[in-house]
Amino acid sequence: MKLEVTRVIDDEGRVLHPEREPALSSDELRRLYRTMLLVRILDERMLRLRMQGRMGFYLTSLGEEATHIGAAHALRDADWIYPAYREIGAALFRGYPLGTFMCQLFGNSEDPVKGRQMPVHHSVKRLNFVSVSSPVGSHIPHAVGTAWAAKLQKTQDVALAFFGEGASSTPIFHVSANFAALYKVPAILLCRNNGWAISVPSSGQTATPTFAQKAIAYGMPGVLVDGNDILAMIHVVREAAARGRRGEGPTLIEARTYRRGAHSSSDDPSKYRDPAEPKEWERRDPIDRFLKYGQARGVFDAEFVAHTRQEINREIGEALIYAESRPPKPPLHSLFEDVYAEIPRHLREQAAGLEAEIARHGEKVPPRG
Amino acid sequence: MAEMNLIQAVNDALRVEMRRDPRVVVLGEDVGRFGGVFQVTVGLREEFGADRCIDTPLAESGIVGAAIGMALYGLRPVAEIQFGDYIYPAYDQIVNELAKIRYRSGGEYAAPVVIRTPIGGGIKGGHYHSQSPEALFTHIPGLTVVCPSNPIDAKGLLASAIRGEDPVIFMEPKRYYHKSRADVPEGEYTIPIGEAKVVRSGSQVTILTWSAMVHTALEAAQKGEAEGLDLEVVDLRTLVPFDEAAILASVKKTGRVVIVHEAPRTSGFGAELAATIAEKAILHLEAPILRVTGFDTPFPYTLEHEYLPDADRILDAVGRVLSF
Ligand SMILES: Cc1ncc(C[n+]2csc(CCOP(=O)(O)OP(=O)(O)O)c2C)c(N)n1
Ligand SMILES: [Mg+2]
Repeated sequence: MKLEVTRVIDDEGRVLHPEREPALSSDELRRLYRTMLLVRILDERMLRLRMQGRMGFYLTSLGEEATHIGAAHALRDADWIYPAYREIGAALFRGYPLGTFMCQLFGNSEDPVKGRQMPVHHSVKRLNFVSVSSPVGSHIPHAVGTAWAAKLQKTQDVALAFFGEGASSTPIFHVSANFAALYKVPAILLCRNNGWAISVPSSGQTATPTFAQKAIAYGMPGVLVDGNDILAMIHVVREAAARGRRGEGPTLIEARTYRRGAHSSSDDPSKYRDPAEPKEWERRDPIDRFLKYGQARGVFDAEFVAHTRQEINREIGEALIYAESRPPKPPLHSLFEDVYAEIPRHLREQAAGLEAEIARHGEKVPPRG
Repeated sequence: MAEMNLIQAVNDALRVEMRRDPRVVVLGEDVGRFGGVFQVTVGLREEFGADRCIDTPLAESGIVGAAIGMALYGLRPVAEIQFGDYIYPAYDQIVNELAKIRYRSGGEYAAPVVIRTPIGGGIKGGHYHSQSPEALFTHIPGLTVVCPSNPIDAKGLLASAIRGEDPVIFMEPKRYYHKSRADVPEGEYTIPIGEAKVVRSGSQVTILTWSAMVHTALEAAQKGEAEGLDLEVVDLRTLVPFDEAAILASVKKTGRVVIVHEAPRTSGFGAELAATIAEKAILHLEAPILRVTGFDTPFPYTLEHEYLPDADRILDAVGRVLSF
């Protein structure tokens, strides 16, 4: 079985398929470029903070920016996004403020999720960017359920789940695909095939040559796309969303990209992967390609590029000063909130016990070493 | 003897058992080429080959389910679940299949699978890299539940688990993977499952605990000594079947009990111990049995040291049972 990889531009940014090229205004092109560059620079800066011990954990999308930012662009703001943990650009594209983003990383007093989750596990309800869950694949059925509800309520909204190719091995992925196709719900299952699930290459997840072809068994279209081609991403996600809104059901998309960085700040890929491989993918960098495309269209001149970079660095610097000067911990009592809608008796007792304990012994300090 | 941390001790147990018995295979996510995200299985693929140290797809139910089938056919699989927090996708296979196959087949079939998994907090892992789910398995007839606290016990108990005839849930305290070091016997070495150990002997209060909290309880006992307290710390090591005789002997000696576990309080394994002591030794008690536990909330990220039981919290409870 052979599926064609959908592309719009080649590695040099030259248009291969004008018939698929999304009609984008200069402003839209600039916004796409800016968001990709923002994610790239932000990832570098945040990873450095982690290495300096100023933050507990970080995880980048180095080399994968086009996949999720293109998908986000193709959706409407009312459409729901169920992210895994490597698609922060989708929230930033929708306007997630950098200061808030960083407060989440620090888990401080202004972290919207109240210091409860590890860094990069954002939740932005106002942007329809649903709370990240670490257990791989767990959110895919939720996107199906949301799309199903939208269909039942006739709202025209679609729901998109991002997940890695590793997640396609979980039982819940298969269950989700089956439900989605059976009930013809307007869901988009977007598999980011970035080549690796921690140390396991994508060939260690499945015997099939593509992940997209699994769609056939469930009864929905399967699309293979160059995930480093942001225009191709926009093209295929727009088509999938339109199909969903027309009542034609879900789409499984496999976006071919590559995880150029470590799995996370806790990982060391030199233990399992040939460093020549990520090097090779640098040639296919999604931002460089798009830059060349925009330059050829006369939209990205040298001044725009330099200015954008400068502005991003300034914004990140400001956001960092803001986030690092917030009180480092959420209020003690928040530990006991949101377990239930109302704090039940036993948790009120436990909260009182902890408050008394801290009054007696002082603030808790993490043990050294 | 060789000095090892907990990771090295578990690795050593696996290596020794794989050398001893060709039926032993290791499987899980990232365990092969990488040697596991905590490096517990490092070198096993090099020594025993990719067929005995298997990198699986990302599917915990598949790992456990396939391990069951392998065991039914005669292998001795040791499955790694990367974090205890990710054992739930396999829960149905563990509870309905692994735990019941011997019983439901009238003893015809048995699945001696060992499932190893790191548990507990204190590593800034938030609620999906910090849970202590041991009680969920103690409630399932057919499962043996082992929770070592240190390298020596980890090695000896894991070897016994692999050699045993029943499925074992083997939970490793990840917070002490590097920090806990000891001289560990080299070569073949076993410790019987089901035996507790008095890790500090004392006369005034019995502290019953397991896994990472053994270290916290010992710290409390040491701090208490400076204040003139004489505390006994019992490391349960095995939760099912737990060492009732050792527990009752200690309780009868001190007459006062504090139970410490990191997992949430409600329906935690501490409740089982308290009930047993109440049933079998209530007349020896001088004070109510107290529990020091994690709170009944998901495990937090920033406030993890507010959540985790510490020496102060344990000594407060000790003070209450002593002044009762
Ligand atoms: C159910 C579950 N099992 C294991 C893990 C540990 N884990 C975190 S990410 C990961 C690999 C995921 O790979 P993939 O789905 O390809 O996503 P990528 O990291 O490449 O974006 C694993 C095994 C987890 N988070 N959840
Ligand atoms: Mg991947």
